[in-house]
Amino acid sequence: MLKLPIYLDYSATTPLDPRAAAKMIPYLVEKFGNPASRSHSFGWEAEAAVEEAREEVARLVNADPKEIVWTSGATESNNLALKGAAQFYSGKGKHLITLKTEHKAVLDTCRELERQGFEVSYLDVRDDGLLDLEVFKAALRPDTIVVSVMLVNNEIGVIQPISEIGEICRDRGIILHVDAAQATGKVAIDLRALKVDLMSFSAHKTYGPKGIGALYVRRKPRVRLTAQMHGGGHERGFRSGTLPTHQIVGMGEAFRLARLEMGAENERIRMLRDRLLRGLSDIEQVFVNGDMERRVPHNLNISFAYVEGESLLMAIKDLAVSSGSACTSASLEPSYVLRALGREDELAHSSIRFTLGRFTSEEDIDYTIKLLHDKIGRLRELSPLWEMVQDGVDLSTVQWAAH
Amino acid sequence: MFAPVYLDHNATTPIDPVVLEAMLPYLGEQFGNASSRHEYGRAARRAIDQARSQVAMAVGAHASEVVFTSGGSEANNLFIKGAAGCMRPGLLAVSAVEHPCVIKPAEQLSKRGWELAKLPVDGEGCVDAGNFAAVMARKPRIVSVMLANNETGVLQDIETLAERARRSGAWLHTDAVQAVGKVAVDFRRLNAAGVHALTLSAHKIGGPKGAAALILDKRVELEPLIAGGGHERGLRSGTENVAAIVGFGVACELAVQRQAALAQSVLALRRRLEAGLRELGATLFGQGAKRLPNTVCFAFPELDGETLVGHLDRAGYAVASGAACSSANPEPSHVLRAMGVDPELARGAVRVSLGSGNSEDQLAAFLNTLQATVARLQRLTAMAV
Amino acid sequence: MAYSIKVLDHYENPRNVGSFGKEEEGVATGMVGAPACGDVMKLQIKVGKGGVIEDAKFKTYGCGSAIASSSLVTEWVKGKTIDQALEIKNTQIADELALPPVKIHCSILAEDAIKAAVADYKKKHSDPVLA
Repeated sequence: MLKLPIYLDYSATTPLDPRAAAKMIPYLVEKFGNPASRSHSFGWEAEAAVEEAREEVARLVNADPKEIVWTSGATESNNLALKGAAQFYSGKGKHLITLKTEHKAVLDTCRELERQGFEVSYLDVRDDGLLDLEVFKAALRPDTIVVSVMLVNNEIGVIQPISEIGEICRDRGIILHVDAAQATGKVAIDLRALKVDLMSFSAHKTYGPKGIGALYVRRKPRVRLTAQMHGGGHERGFRSGTLPTHQIVGMGEAFRLARLEMGAENERIRMLRDRLLRGLSDIEQVFVNGDMERRVPHNLNISFAYVEGESLLMAIKDLAVSSGSACTSASLEPSYVLRALGREDELAHSSIRFTLGRFTSEEDIDYTIKLLHDKIGRLRELSPLWEMVQDGVDLSTVQWAAH
Repeated sequence: MFAPVYLDHNATTPIDPVVLEAMLPYLGEQFGNASSRHEYGRAARRAIDQARSQVAMAVGAHASEVVFTSGGSEANNLFIKGAAGCMRPGLLAVSAVEHPCVIKPAEQLSKRGWELAKLPVDGEGCVDAGNFAAVMARKPRIVSVMLANNETGVLQDIETLAERARRSGAWLHTDAVQAVGKVAVDFRRLNAAGVHALTLSAHKIGGPKGAAALILDKRVELEPLIAGGGHERGLRSGTENVAAIVGFGVACELAVQRQAALAQSVLALRRRLEAGLRELGATLFGQGAKRLPNTVCFAFPELDGETLVGHLDRAGYAVASGAACSSANPEPSHVLRAMGVDPELARGAVRVSLGSGNSEDQLAAFLNTLQATVARLQRLTAMAV
Repeated sequence: MAYSIKVLDHYENPRNVGSFGKEEEGVATGMVGAPACGDVMKLQIKVGKGGVIEDAKFKTYGCGSAIASSSLVTEWVKGKTIDQALEIKNTQIADELALPPVKIHCSILAEDAIKAAVADYKKKHSDPVLA
């Protein structure tokens, strides 16, 4: 049975896996203790659950549990990592490097650091969305203290060359932060092999609950941070505040499931994604955004030329998809990520991000393909631009009566 | 199965079944990201809007004054550091008995050019009026005084303090995490008196951990602690924790409906408990002050609090020594120290905080156990000497 | 974005979509907007004897409100003289479709499309009676 609208927005958030939900419920009922309560069994029981979950998160990324700090989500992790490292190491330098295609949680934090007196270089990416390592090397300065590069882009799903970036940073003693919110369960992460110092995680992008995330803080060589949230000294002073036990338990279980199932799951999702791409490829004038090779298997971002973005979304209301990132979709600005790839505004506006996941079926994909064929056809029939192109007009030569 | 008796409701509370019921759909089918424009997202947005109204209504605020955060600590940090971030450094005053999540951010600011005045309290734990007036005369820019203390339950007369603070031009914040649900809290009235911000938290009132709110007078400008995406009017970015926020909303509604009845029932229990404690020779703290109806903080001379609560736990009673939040802190409570309690006696501090699930029978049995435990420990202490 | 029922109706069932043949008698075209702005409207009118608009067709690249505005305009101009058509104001379009403030520009564009089509007609038919 097809459930409409079909959910193809797994990069905005994922459903909570029922198995993770089932593990959470006892911590919402009888095991309700505060993990910081040191004087009774309610507290110890909660604390034990928190530590078990910490081990599961660490195992997925091959880290030590002591390197995992709980936060309220990846946005907070990114804030803590960047402000915490920049402020702690400000004696060594004032320069940070990041990409123009990072998530707002990184970009807005960098803007704030600029107001605090830091300098930030925002690097361009190639038109396939990937960072050119030569561009990166050229941007490094003697006073560069922190580099922040996402592992997987939220809009186009491309995988940045973190391993190479890590080597370059470690050689120069620069702290490397990686936003891995979109990566867990989709690409293998080995923090013993990668030279990454800080890594942000989110539960709700990996079938865990909202309201919980983590920051990996390397112990060897030791990375230090200035805490951003002060109080009872929870999380070894990195982050104060009562730990939400049930959410932590949910994240632990979600990450455990990801570790066990990601291999088979990603192959299944890749097949569905490729089926979708094939199904849409026979529509004329569609363009894939971002590299298709170095890309997570669940993402497809496509621009449909000569149809307008908002009317396109209206036409496909049976699909729950994103045009641009969920966080910016309240405004009508074209996606800054697609702009950074050099896409003109019209194509950025008419782009759709399809992100598939654990509960996507072949039937969902086939319905999506058929729906898009119908709706793109209809909108192009309505489109004067399409008509002109069919008549052989080169739109770039047209003098538009802009208002 | 052996189920210990929970007497630590100021640390955290069990979730009310009605609250859990309301949350469950958002841990299942209703999983959308509230920022998404499709129906999954819009459904989440509607749920958050409703919870925002419920939270606002519970404390007499307007929905647009509610800023959701991940917890009370974050809300307190947001106010203290956020307000400071929009001003030039000056004088900052917090009471000496505040929770660490107010004191620590204030101490951080004192490293960044702010002058920190810790407002002393009297022997009962109430903010000293004379000193308060003197500090206000020096025109602080930020003031934070809690409504109810987590360790002793002592209530501050925040309205009177606010009237005095008003002339100073300071932004005044009150941490009401322990007060909501136990005493009536009306932000409109407090706001009229001169309180500009108030913190409340879900898990202290039968809601889930992971959701709290800063109620904020819109004249107060704050710099966000967490940037990125512009959620919560730009004051707090990050994907909303829909299920917890929904639970928070319902918990607020219930807390207000039940506040009077709960206060009455736990007060009756507390009075019996206090009478029993006095008979056993315990020292009770803050007895001369107005206090929360559910909280008793006491000590037995020459008995270590940690040891006592350890024995009580094994006997099936969950109580706290000092505050649950200050983990791995061997220091005697800063709250009792501020009240002038001898450090040796303060080391013996035990907190019992009652909730709706507690009964007279439980308290009677607890007193019996306590009596036996204290007697045994006192014998051991005497032998050691 | 919450659309009014009328916008949705025009969006789902746009009236008079299409183009007239290039050689058809009395056809004039108004094309306004720009792809970079997110809206392009093409309005064509077919003017008969006495300057009466006998038929109209449109194509629009734009959001639902832009499509609805142009669809509505094709209905309204039919049967009007070109001078009467020029009296259609954007506020009437916005009112009829209950456009929210952020979509008022769609109605302005539709009014501009009428003006542009009429201007094109007048340019092609400099009939002194009509001028």
